[in-house]
Amino acid sequence: MYRYDQFDHQLTAERVAQFSDQVRRRLSGELAEDEFRILRLQNGVYMQIHAYMMRIAVPYGMVSAKQMRMLASIARKYDRGYGHFSTRQNIQFNWLKLQDVPAILADLASVEMHANQTSGNCIRNITSDEFAGVAHDEIIDPRPYAEILRQWSTFHPEFGYLPRKFKFSITGATQDRAAISINDIGLEAVKNAQGEIGFRVLVGGGLGRTPIIGSEIAAFVPWQHIITYAESIVRVFNEYGRRDNLYKARIKILVKAIGIDEFRRQVEEEWKFSKDGPSTITQAELDRVAACFTAPAYESLPQEDAAVAQQHNNKAFSNWLKRNVKPHKVAGYAAVVLSLKNSGIAPGDATAEQMDAAAELADKFSFGELRITHMQNLVLADVKRSDLFALWEEAKAQGLATPNIGLLTDVICCPGGDFCTLANARSITLAKAIDERFDNIDYLHDIGEIDLNISGCVNACGHHHVGHIGILGVDKSGEEWYQVSIGGSKGSPANIGKIIGRSFSFAQIPEVIARLLQVYVRERKTDERFIDTLRRSGIDPFVEYVYATPVVEDEKLLLPDYDLIKQGTPYDTPYYSPRF
Amino acid sequence: MLIKNNVLVTDEWTVLRLKEGEAADRVVVPAGKVIVPFPVWNCQHEALQGRRELGVWLASFERAEDLQDDINRFPVIAVDFHKFSDGRGYTLAYRLRTQLGFRGELRAMGDILRDQLFYLKRVGFDTFAVRADKDIQDALQGLSDFSLSYQASTDNALPLYRRVERGAAR
Ligand code: SF4
Repeated sequence: MYRYDQFDHQLTAERVAQFSDQVRRRLSGELAEDEFRILRLQNGVYMQIHAYMMRIAVPYGMVSAKQMRMLASIARKYDRGYGHFSTRQNIQFNWLKLQDVPAILADLASVEMHANQTSGNCIRNITSDEFAGVAHDEIIDPRPYAEILRQWSTFHPEFGYLPRKFKFSITGATQDRAAISINDIGLEAVKNAQGEIGFRVLVGGGLGRTPIIGSEIAAFVPWQHIITYAESIVRVFNEYGRRDNLYKARIKILVKAIGIDEFRRQVEEEWKFSKDGPSTITQAELDRVAACFTAPAYESLPQEDAAVAQQHNNKAFSNWLKRNVKPHKVAGYAAVVLSLKNSGIAPGDATAEQMDAAAELADKFSFGELRITHMQNLVLADVKRSDLFALWEEAKAQGLATPNIGLLTDVICCPGGDFCTLANARSITLAKAIDERFDNIDYLHDIGEIDLNISGCVNACGHHHVGHIGILGVDKSGEEWYQVSIGGSKGSPANIGKIIGRSFSFAQIPEVIARLLQVYVRERKTDERFIDTLRRSGIDPFVEYVYATPVVEDEKLLLPDYDLIKQGTPYDTPYYSPRF
Repeated sequence: MLIKNNVLVTDEWTVLRLKEGEAADRVVVPAGKVIVPFPVWNCQHEALQGRRELGVWLASFERAEDLQDDINRFPVIAVDFHKFSDGRGYTLAYRLRTQLGFRGELRAMGDILRDQLFYLKRVGFDTFAVRADKDIQDALQGLSDFSLSYQASTDNALPLYRRVERGAAR
């Protein structure tokens, strides 16, 4: 993991002092709310209806056990005992007081963490592959580059007031697990014919009201030039991005308006000034940062071990093995996904106890490190296969071992109508209804990998456009309806799903999903995933079947005193809309 | 009052702003040290050519490149921030300094507040006309929010890793 040197510490401390003073001036009335608003957003602080929400940066998802314990302590001390891991690999706390923020930042700084630029119209936390460094299909470990870019973008004096937020994502593997095509800039490591490392650069991807897959602006930018190249892109965006309309201000709209070729020409023109200049990355700096990401002290182990093999007749364990245990490039090791998707809680929520437990597991089984995934789960990246059974038992006791990674119930869903003031429809309650309908683990395993994404409104926080099945809450004369799309994908290759037809009621959705799955089961060939079948056969057979006969509403979902509906959610007040 | 090179000084310049109905080609530029809007310079170029004590100001949507031919004939160039959240002025300043080589006074004016001064200084502004209702003495403190920075900009052409030996004591 990256470790701060004296300069990182000093900058972080100065930032804490700066924002603490800004908070003081806000509380004393010296700073007006509209002057303070942008300052607090650049420190990840949102004002909600009932409290302040704060988003803490977890750069490219890497977190140490010590840092995780600090997050648990923040949850207990300043919040209501839980936190929410986000699709950008960060963590959010929803019930804070502004007065406490300086102390929280100081606590974070003590473990080399911060909340810099986690919101606002600036360069946000850079996301990456949660299996970086251990993936079998990796060309390079992207984390040193992600860290170098993090430092470059931190307090960049020219880019603090961009037209809109700006997101980077970087992958070093052949399979894109970092969803680079739906970021403002997506970087994919490539090796050229001479064996040199560089990046294929995508620009202008994003979801929201206008979903667009990023376009290739450069096929190969040598790694030394990635800062000057990225800086040229952001500079052109800063000058020409629209500032008159919030919904047209992202770089994707600019790229679409002038076309990728013209945009590329402008960037290249700009790049002439800085290419080969002092911001070119030096080998020494790359080496210094890369030294923080060297492999831990792996033992040399056989690939499979008896302990795991013996437990194969333990069905629950082998389900977990199948879904939550991922391959590792070193023999005898595995990467383990701890699921934060349990029925009835908001996907990505974890209690302080779970955070502490995850830290404990990391110390015990995975060299004291964890990762946060953009699917809102946790990863222990370096677990000995011989420890898997012990790990499983302990994780299970903490509710962290639901064997559903990649399955229908490993859903990405936004807070929706249960929490968010902008919502047209409920998301979490719908996820629960789906969970309940498909609670047969054997069936879920048979269906296999499928991305289900739910957004409560057109702002698309649940990334419904890139779900294999995407559900969007829509408003029809004040009523809650859902539009269904299929065939989206967030990577390898990424594309936007197609809407299947007219919308459905809340109580119809579980049956709609059942029908989509029935078509899949009917049409699939051996080893084909839902998305593969769909790509091969096209959407027509799915659409025909769903609309062939009327979709009956699940009656119990209409009963106001049905448990699932009645319980609503574990929290009684709306807490956030992550939009800004 | 102004902040110039980190101290308070009295402003010797007058800023000309076009009033409703005034046209850039016809407005009368008063005598003395005046900072004129770019369109006025553009239209009255020939008449104003002889005046050495003349500054020009750019709105955030105007182009630094449009001044490039005679950039160093101006003792002052100002950038007007109609809203502090409009970040185009930062890139304008960066271009004026590093790409077009402007050496005179570069002034930030308009919605200029304490909490933006550090970034403004980094991209190349040396003079700040802080918004009139704000305490300029207090604003002065904003210039020293940080004692170092990671990336290069106008104030420092080198990124941190070329300035210091990194990775030292934790
Ligand atoms: S704003 Fe985002 S969180 Fe709120 S309902 Fe819409 S998509 Fe969901």
